[in-house]
Amino acid sequence: MARYLLRRLLIAIPSLLGISAVLFTVLALAPGDPFGELASNPNIPPAVRAALRTQFGLDDPVPLRYLRWLAAMLHGDWGFSFVSRVDVDTLILQRLPTTLFVIGSSQILALLVALPVGVIAATRPYSAFDQVANTLAFIGFSLPTFFTGLLFILLFSITLDWLPFVYRADISATGWQWYWEHVRQALMPVAVLGLFQGASWTRFVRSAVLDVIRLDYVTTARAKGLTERAVVIRHVVRNALIPVVTLVALSMPAVFGGAIVTEQIFRVPGIGSLLISSILANDTPVIMAVTFVFACLVILFNLIADILYGWLDPRIAYR
Amino acid sequence: MNERRLRSLIANVKAGRMSRRAFVHRMMALGLAAPLASQMLAHNGVAAAAAAAGLDGRPAGRGGGGALKLLWWQGPTLLNPHFAVGTKDQEASRIFYEPLAGWDSDGNLVPFLAAEIPDLENGGLARDGRSVTWKLKPGVQWHDGRPFTADDVVFTWEYAADPATATVTIGDYKDVKVDKTDPLTVRVRFSKPTPFWADAFVGSVGMILPRHLFEPFRGAKSREAPANLAPVGTGPYRFVAFNPGDIVKGELNASYHVADRPHFDTVELKGGGDAVSAARAVMQTGEYDYAWNMQVEDEILLRLEKGGKGRAQITPSGNIEHIQLNSTDPWTEIDGERASIKTKHPFFSDPAVRQAIGLLVDRTSVQDYIYGRTGVATANYLNNPERFRSKSRTFEFNVGKASALLEQAGWKRGPDGIRAKDGVRLKVVFQTSINAPRQKTQAIIKQACQKAGIEMELKAVTASVFFSSDVANPDIAAKFYCDMQMLTYNMTQPDPEVFMTTFTSWEAAGKENKWQGRNIPRWRNEEYDKAFLAAQGELDPVKRAALFIRMNDLVCGDNAVIPVVYRPRVQAVSNRLHADLSGWDNDLWNLRNWYRDP
Repeated sequence: MARYLLRRLLIAIPSLLGISAVLFTVLALAPGDPFGELASNPNIPPAVRAALRTQFGLDDPVPLRYLRWLAAMLHGDWGFSFVSRVDVDTLILQRLPTTLFVIGSSQILALLVALPVGVIAATRPYSAFDQVANTLAFIGFSLPTFFTGLLFILLFSITLDWLPFVYRADISATGWQWYWEHVRQALMPVAVLGLFQGASWTRFVRSAVLDVIRLDYVTTARAKGLTERAVVIRHVVRNALIPVVTLVALSMPAVFGGAIVTEQIFRVPGIGSLLISSILANDTPVIMAVTFVFACLVILFNLIADILYGWLDPRIAYR
Repeated sequence: MNERRLRSLIANVKAGRMSRRAFVHRMMALGLAAPLASQMLAHNGVAAAAAAAGLDGRPAGRGGGGALKLLWWQGPTLLNPHFAVGTKDQEASRIFYEPLAGWDSDGNLVPFLAAEIPDLENGGLARDGRSVTWKLKPGVQWHDGRPFTADDVVFTWEYAADPATATVTIGDYKDVKVDKTDPLTVRVRFSKPTPFWADAFVGSVGMILPRHLFEPFRGAKSREAPANLAPVGTGPYRFVAFNPGDIVKGELNASYHVADRPHFDTVELKGGGDAVSAARAVMQTGEYDYAWNMQVEDEILLRLEKGGKGRAQITPSGNIEHIQLNSTDPWTEIDGERASIKTKHPFFSDPAVRQAIGLLVDRTSVQDYIYGRTGVATANYLNNPERFRSKSRTFEFNVGKASALLEQAGWKRGPDGIRAKDGVRLKVVFQTSINAPRQKTQAIIKQACQKAGIEMELKAVTASVFFSSDVANPDIAAKFYCDMQMLTYNMTQPDPEVFMTTFTSWEAAGKENKWQGRNIPRWRNEEYDKAFLAAQGELDPVKRAALFIRMNDLVCGDNAVIPVVYRPRVQAVSNRLHADLSGWDNDLWNLRNWYRDP
């Protein structure tokens, strides 16, 4: 096990290097200029822009810039944003709590919806409940989040005027009021993301449970006279969940990465909106850092999923 | 223009026989160039009567206005105005910092940290145009209680002009010398007579920084200054909190240097999202009081206004959406560059073709069906401030006349209906950036051109490429590797000098200057150059305005560019909010005077 872990971690190093090199090259070759906005201002002479580019090392050859970035990264220096001139790690840490709160709750909501609905639907296949759940799930993951987001805003903010649609990370209220305000403003983004995710997971849980529920050992369990409840929870769900756990683990990096579209619609100051505004501003150090951390998390959670898999199903051995 | 008549009017005002207001009205009626008032009068020694840009009917006293909620669909990323990459950063800084003077909507100066606006009468302006002396307002305090003095002003100049600091305002400060004559007086010296003296320390580039906080962070260490993210200014609101790209918060400055100001207890600027939903939040749900830069189709704005909570406030500015006709040949490569100034365009070199294209741009339809209130059809490149607008130019849309013109000039229709002359076919490649109104405008023009026998190929380039300065990319606007292109040039100052450098021959973009020259159409005209040089040194504002009008008429008369619409600024404002906006300064330039009806 330890050897397996070590080997996987060692393999991760070249893949991370490869990922960072590709990311950096793509970003360096992409058109655009962090100081492009200065170009449209006639009062700023082009020389100013050129001087800024030189000062921030943008005119050096790409390989040199990459090596410089890599060396700094190894020292734990993430660089600073060209646009805000703030250290990148500060920027990311500022956005992290909101992202974790909003995306985390949406994943929890998705699980809360997907697990019971999927299991119940699978235990009564082709019943009315199953049909309704299936149809809703289908609608749920067919509708893109930007569409449901706008729909929610139109309905709950504009027509009914119940919920605010501009998310504010720092609310001045205190005590219960503070919690209440946070819940109120997070309701729509969490629902949009959670229901979308939940819909596809529902389908997944249902088919996983269906696969298991017809197996002989379940019939045996029933024949032993166990209650239906015990059969489903102890025998069916536990086994059916193995692929589901993997799927959920693999979607965990998304909690960090945020949800670009939804964050933009509701103005949630999360990592997703940081990423998109940096992309629009061609702020390479920030894009680089966010995407790189994301890549690391994907690799990490892949590893965790593999380990979890073996733990849930002892037949899988590590070699 | 009748210069003698003007002079006599000015003399009347001077002698008190005529009020300033009447003078302005007479000027408008004259049609020359209207509310030049302050500058013209100031130059002739009539000091402006305390130009307090106050708004009437405001509630008395300081504070009590509750929270002011502003929505910017681009979040501010830093709060040092001298590092501002876009206006969003300048705006957020402007809540806390102030310049010596700001620009009102007519392009006149209003004092902020200055005690008065320098003019010839009060001795602030030197008669030779080589220096200007600013008297500072006494008794002004920084938010931390330290006094504001001439040292801060001098320091701001040193800071911004130092190349190692890497400010974006260096261009406004590097060519002047600033010295302190006493604790409340500074003198700005120019190397040559400078008619437009109100650049350094004025408006969006002029915000004064506190010396005691920025002194240790000059030059290479500038990035480390804590005050870059936590400003200490002199403005009406004190800094409370800032999250880059997300939110800026401020609270009332109880020791603000203007009595009874400001009105609001707190101010909050939220960033992010998109323009349409920002308009919604102000005009439909009323969640916010003010939203910046409504790049939204007028149709949507009109529909949202029916919500009754807010309105679109339109402020004139000089930004001009125009079509450039290439005067060089973009299809032949000479010395490793296309569109080299050594070449001539195959058919745009014929004035008749240029004139025909001008007749084929249906500006009225573009305004009526595409831009609405957010774009005003115009025949002029230089539209605002009004004192610089040429009254002699008109535009017309006439396909028949265009066809006749081409016919006369020898461009005959071929078998395919496309006109040609001496083997040159009128086939135009017309490019612009990807942006819905621009593609619609392109389509309108293409249709008219086809009727007149000009083949037109439309091209749309992603904005991030089109406006970039990436020398390796052939699709950038600055290279202009096609026949026609449409884009907006921004006019950020009420003085057109910088704006009009666009057509000087030494600014022609090309390989030599890495396509950084501002003259992208590469139009060169000796008369224009002469007029420009004369305007640069002309100290009499009336003559200077006439020179700029002449330049506009030269470039538009020759159809080197075809102005389409000028774009006023559009902001969404709550119906209860009174916001004093200007097209020549930041939106928040006069935030201290904003108030809300109870």
